[in-house]
Amino acid sequence: MMGWMSDISVQEADFDVGAEIAALSAGDDGAGAVASFVGLVRGGDILDMTLEHYPGMTEQALQEIIGQACECWQCRSVRVIHRVGRLLPGERIVFVGVSSAHRHDAFAACEFIMDYLKTRAPFWKKETTAGGGRWVDARESDDHAADRWK
Amino acid sequence: MLKVLYFDNLREAIGAGAEDVELPAGVTTVGELRAALGVRHEALLTAKNLRAAVNQKMCSMDAPVADGDEIAFFPPVTGG
Repeated sequence: MMGWMSDISVQEADFDVGAEIAALSAGDDGAGAVASFVGLVRGGDILDMTLEHYPGMTEQALQEIIGQACECWQCRSVRVIHRVGRLLPGERIVFVGVSSAHRHDAFAACEFIMDYLKTRAPFWKKETTAGGGRWVDARESDDHAADRWK
Repeated sequence: MLKVLYFDNLREAIGAGAEDVELPAGVTTVGELRAALGVRHEALLTAKNLRAAVNQKMCSMDAPVADGDEIAFFPPVTGG
């Protein structure tokens, strides 16, 4: 198989992690590795979280990030799912899965996509605590995480 | 005419997520548009680390703006 395939979803609904991982290598016996990441809403003092995004730009930004990853590492199939709307602690927010011939490419591309998603994809989180609502500030550590790939 | 979008705390401060705006005379960059709209929307001027996109591509404040463009202003992204 030459090139790579990708599938992006921005959705309110939850997703089935097992089914998504299985789909990454279904019918592709050239895939020797699948790496995946699942991001969750952390609890603590957070009652809920609401995610908004910029429809249209979000999908383009994710496509671009996936394209960059696939230029650096040999990916066969890439799946990104990002949820929007209201989420509760413990709920899944994001899924990134990558299949490749060998594990190194799958691990690296998966981490790269997550790091860039955090700093380039137009999503915003608003948390509700007992004290009210607050928009989450961007973290410098996320910028550093993305910068280290340069 | 420009379509201007606001997200996150900027949308809340301005009280609208989108507006159609005539390209102000003399405005050729995103930064100049920010200053011109800031007369009506102070939040655009006071926002720390304001980010922008032209036609759904992240850009710097010196990116060019032309009639018909879709311009978005927002704080740093926090997805994932």
